[in-house]
Amino acid sequence: MINMTAKSLLSHSARIAWKDLTELFRNRLGLVLLIVMPLFMMVMVGFIYPSGNTSISNMPVGLVNQDSGFNNITLPSQAFITGLYQINTQTNMMKIHTETSVAELKTDIQNGVVDGGIIIPSNFSTCVMCGQQGTLTIMTDQSNPTISEELQGALTNVFGEMSTLLAQHNVQTLSSNVTANNSLAMVQPYTVSVEGVVSGNPSYFSFIAPGMVMLTVMMSVMTGLPVAISQEREVGTMDGMMVAPINRLSIILGKALGQTGRGLIQGVIVMALAMGLFGVVIHGSIVLVAALLLLGVFSFVGLGIVLTSLAKDQETAQMMMMTLMFPMMFLSGVMFPLQQMPWYMQDIAKFLPLTYAADAMRKVMVLGAGVSAISSDLIILIAFGAIMIAIAVPLFRRIMTR
Amino acid sequence: MATESIIEVKNLTKMLNKFTAVDDISFDVKKGEIFGLLGPNGAGKSTTLRMLSTLARPTKGTAIIGGYDIVKEDTEVRKLIGIVSEKMIMYNRLTAKENLWFFGSLFDIPKDVLIKRIDELFDLVQLTQWKDSQVGTFSTGMRQRMNVIRALLNLPQVLFLDEPTLGLDPQSSVEIREFIRKLNRENGTTVVLTTHMMVDADLLCDRIAIVDHGKIVALDTSSNLKKMITGADTSIIKLNIPNLSPDLLAKLQALECADAVTQESPNELKVLVHGNEAFDNIIDAIRKSGGKISSMENLQPTLEDVFLHITGHQVRDSATEKIPMEHRRFGQQAQSRIR
Repeated sequence: MINMTAKSLLSHSARIAWKDLTELFRNRLGLVLLIVMPLFMMVMVGFIYPSGNTSISNMPVGLVNQDSGFNNITLPSQAFITGLYQINTQTNMMKIHTETSVAELKTDIQNGVVDGGIIIPSNFSTCVMCGQQGTLTIMTDQSNPTISEELQGALTNVFGEMSTLLAQHNVQTLSSNVTANNSLAMVQPYTVSVEGVVSGNPSYFSFIAPGMVMLTVMMSVMTGLPVAISQEREVGTMDGMMVAPINRLSIILGKALGQTGRGLIQGVIVMALAMGLFGVVIHGSIVLVAALLLLGVFSFVGLGIVLTSLAKDQETAQMMMMTLMFPMMFLSGVMFPLQQMPWYMQDIAKFLPLTYAADAMRKVMVLGAGVSAISSDLIILIAFGAIMIAIAVPLFRRIMTR
Repeated sequence: MATESIIEVKNLTKMLNKFTAVDDISFDVKKGEIFGLLGPNGAGKSTTLRMLSTLARPTKGTAIIGGYDIVKEDTEVRKLIGIVSEKMIMYNRLTAKENLWFFGSLFDIPKDVLIKRIDELFDLVQLTQWKDSQVGTFSTGMRQRMNVIRALLNLPQVLFLDEPTLGLDPQSSVEIREFIRKLNRENGTTVVLTTHMMVDADLLCDRIAIVDHGKIVALDTSSNLKKMITGADTSIIKLNIPNLSPDLLAKLQALECADAVTQESPNELKVLVHGNEAFDNIIDAIRKSGGKISSMENLQPTLEDVFLHITGHQVRDSATEKIPMEHRRFGQQAQSRIR
């Protein structure tokens, strides 16, 4: 008897889900948007936030040489300029404009002709020739902090490299039994090599992709469900299902199944885009990734049903979706690491289940973690899902027959 | 007619917030009958129908349909009934056939039976050539026919129709009426319909319950209802007064013998009168006020007159915008009722 009930419950749910997906696939524009929306999201968040390995190229930079020389010898500054040009021909990093004075450089920065400048001060050669450090000044455009920071970083690197070369040369001249390799060790005794848990150099996309996939899947059950059900109620088609001799549970189950299907399709599209277009690699097991997607759906379906019970019409449902979407997106560590946020925001994030889902997915996809590494995330998600469903089902039964 | 009752409504009551939409009504519907709930919008007809079709839960009371309680045995009741709602229950992006297949499959009808039945239903309403088109492309008439056959998928013993001719052109209305009658005659389907159209009630229903303010104020056959007002005492007269003035109208309304006075057009009046001297009194009153009578007619009563006689107001007086079910919960209905 119970077996029969369960069987017909599932078969009715499957029919409702099939009906929903058929409708979805008939809607051409909707289908296109289904693909375009996550693509936009990926592209936008991927490019808005800098991803470490972006390199500047052909940035207009002014160069002012004020060097007055030491006894009319300007060799150090000339050597520096030659070196700078040499490095620049290799990297194409800057487009060097020669400026006559600091005032001219300032005007050019103000007019936006150049993004910043290098100033060789008048005592440059004197200092270098007398065995002191030669100081170079970098002038930045403060109205554009990002560019100014990048320029600063890039130029500091270049100058450092040039200093090292010069120092190596100096050491070799001082002592003839120092080889080229030894000289580098003498000038820079320590060097750093960075290594991650997995090989390769993950980009920012690798960081956001797992969270985005989870977000897409969860959104579809949490907010898609209220919208889909309130729409059927408004149009009247819900009555058609309600007068059929089926368990009320199979209506919500069927609708949830349909939305899950939609969410998974979208999730897979996001994943495929991330892998195909943005070079994201799944380091962990694909099975675990799929299981996490399903768990994400499970943990949010209850919340979706609760929202369905609360949303009286489609408009309310839509507004609920917008209200929930934004905090979820920005507070759950999907877009940027939780650690970057102030402590109180981090505390709020601890109450959002997406935080745990995104965390687990990221560990699996980026670090290749196994079940044991994400067990606490899994327990929280399962508990959250179960509690929500326990609240949701009686609530839903009540509103269906008011 | 001593046939058995298929529906027994017992003290059915529905409160929407604090407003009593259906107020303690009881009636029986006999097997194989076409039963009409007639009344203005907001009278509680649709709410009654929704409760009977298990879509809304009664606040108090219940009803027995085919031996099953609508509250306690709702799943059994659902197997016996079909409902044609005023809203079109169909998915625009599915084809006609897919729609019927979907709803039919929820009734656990064996596959081969369902396939055959769907084809028969399409034949019945001449939609066979369109069965593979998406219903979103259908005309209103076609959609209405789809809406009706969807309710017939489980061969219901009782068919509920909520305003079946609302928004249809006269020809489509005739078709729907004929279809309902045919279904009733050939399959023995009991039909319960709501309407605010007197024609529907008059032409179609075996018995009519007149509903007003959530109560049944009269229940009988159309001809018996009409006899209520054309007894020895009452009659309806139609007057044509070329120089009709509001003043004159007020005077007539004040007459003791006039039960109700309605203005049909700028110079036409319909007066429901009682008493032996009613005609004389009316004519006297008009002439005293300087009114001219160009014609006078003794009318056969219509259901509209019956409604007017019983409730003291016209059906169309209260027929404002139809309030969607969703909004009724917020108690707007009480305000939209015009007395």
